[in-house]
Amino acid sequence: MNHDAYDDNYIRAILNGVKSIAMVGASPVNVRPSYFAFKYLAQRGYDMIPVNPGHVGKSLLGKPFVASLLDIGRPVDMIDIFRNSSHIGPVVDEALKMTPPPKVIWMQLGARDDAAAAKAEAAGLTVVMNRCPKIEYGRLSSEISWMGVNSRTLSSKRAPMPTQGMRLSLNRMSVGGGETTASDRAAKNKNDPA
Amino acid sequence: MTDRPPGFSTLAVHAGAQPDPTTGARVTPIYQTTSFVFNDADHAASLFGLQAFGNIYTRIGNPTQAVLEERVAALEGGTAALATASGHAAQVVVFQMLLRPGDEFIAARKLYGGSINQFTHAFQSFGWNVAWADPDDISSFERAVTPRTKAIFIESIANPGGSVTDIEAVAAVARKAGVPLIVDNTLATPYLIRPIDHGADIVVHSLTKFLGGHGNSIGGIIVDAGTFDWSKDNKYPMLSEPRPEYHGIKIQETFGNFAFAIACRVLGLRDLGPAISPFNAFLILTGIETLPLRMQKHCENAKAIAEWLSTHPAVAAVNYAGLLGDKYNNLARKYAPKGAGAVFTFSLKGGYDAGVNLVSNLKLFSHLANVGDTRSLVIHPASTTHSQLDDAAKIKSGAAPDMVRLSIGIEDKEDLIADLEQALSA
Repeated sequence: MNHDAYDDNYIRAILNGVKSIAMVGASPVNVRPSYFAFKYLAQRGYDMIPVNPGHVGKSLLGKPFVASLLDIGRPVDMIDIFRNSSHIGPVVDEALKMTPPPKVIWMQLGARDDAAAAKAEAAGLTVVMNRCPKIEYGRLSSEISWMGVNSRTLSSKRAPMPTQGMRLSLNRMSVGGGETTASDRAAKNKNDPA
Repeated sequence: MTDRPPGFSTLAVHAGAQPDPTTGARVTPIYQTTSFVFNDADHAASLFGLQAFGNIYTRIGNPTQAVLEERVAALEGGTAALATASGHAAQVVVFQMLLRPGDEFIAARKLYGGSINQFTHAFQSFGWNVAWADPDDISSFERAVTPRTKAIFIESIANPGGSVTDIEAVAAVARKAGVPLIVDNTLATPYLIRPIDHGADIVVHSLTKFLGGHGNSIGGIIVDAGTFDWSKDNKYPMLSEPRPEYHGIKIQETFGNFAFAIACRVLGLRDLGPAISPFNAFLILTGIETLPLRMQKHCENAKAIAEWLSTHPAVAAVNYAGLLGDKYNNLARKYAPKGAGAVFTFSLKGGYDAGVNLVSNLKLFSHLANVGDTRSLVIHPASTTHSQLDDAAKIKSGAAPDMVRLSIGIEDKEDLIADLEQALSA
């Protein structure tokens, strides 16, 4: 699996397939990116579970916090890890102890741990690194186009009438693969200082 | 199944647009409204807090404008874009995002005269100090770098001389200096040159020119390449520091590789105010649908006319990068293999007076201060667009007193040549 650039169909299949998402590192502070993403995904119909040992006893948008993945006590389709790259390994180890294990491990924008990804893939899980599911959902549905962002998708079909809390169609035609050439270059430049 | 990536002409027609959900209208409607109702208080708070995608107020964004933005971002290969009231407004928004009073930026000396004025006068009054460099001498950019340098600015094809800039060489200087490269791609358009593919971090346009293409609407745009790390070294606090008005969110941390375009919208456009009108956005969007066809014709006509002029006995010199033997022909072949654009200059053996006579004798070419129209245009830069520069600055910027500038339209080239012939012999 090439984790430098994802084909849109890879991301699309994940976002169309999963129903429940446990977000590790979810914050109740309403200016944190994890809060934005949690709220957005909940509004798009995903069954969201906030995981953060520092906030047990509180809830996030009506969903009670749990301390760890093993405390969830029911099957979860996807683990969205909102932690720095250095904290990914133990979270993936914990995810692999869940019964049944999740189908997808997703590491947030800026987070990447290739060893943890390899371990999860060896156990049959699907892995995404260094992406935000809110941005990807908004992009593949073209909802993000309201902000002048390049969705890199096209459609000649009438857009659905927007209503609150609805699931959006992600099945638009892709303009390219998972990334623009510019973003590929940025990623390369980071590993290749001038 | 992996989708086949659509080509440039398909993107020029489709990118960003989708049939209207309410009416099924196939063409993007003109959303001529100042404001948009909220679903409820929570929705309003989400929009104001930048937590949800959506519309609030046309100074900050508008659905017609958003289609234009996505389309240009797609054509340039960027992550996002922000349209503005003019190309000049785009530049103000970009530099206000990057510079604090006392900071510096480096700009190529060969620029549109309006940009030279803006950088020299208005920007100076804001405390944003320009250092000029020679696009024909890359080392002059390196020598101009100081600890206060925050950006480098060039034109891909420079106005008025039609010279081609070595974008990759300047991009290497910018990268070494740790600052973004801003490229004004107005004269090339993404059909001829995509600066992001050559190392640009930000692309700006006057949409008024070839992109809109019909001489009917003023507009500008900023394209974010998504390539620059704004949080490194804390040199760009607008993007890396918590924003008090948005409850402490950090723009780059929240928006990743389209953070610059978002910052230009929710900080720059919000506070400075140069929003594009929905009607202008619509007209420019319509123009872009035929950009590939028009640019082919513009370039074909320009090359034929430049070749014809270069053999005319009254002409002293033609400066068109598309001509074999031109100083910039190698750069044009590298960066703009489909054509060297349609704006170029030439000088007459009869000097300044012959130039003035030519302009007044032309019947089909229009004498006006614009480029990139379907109509062919002529101007004498020394007495118009570059008239506010002194003689030395005129020559350095490629607008010598005996120089005439043409912007070749999409008429029949035989008619344009006939008009030039009668005017030169009158």
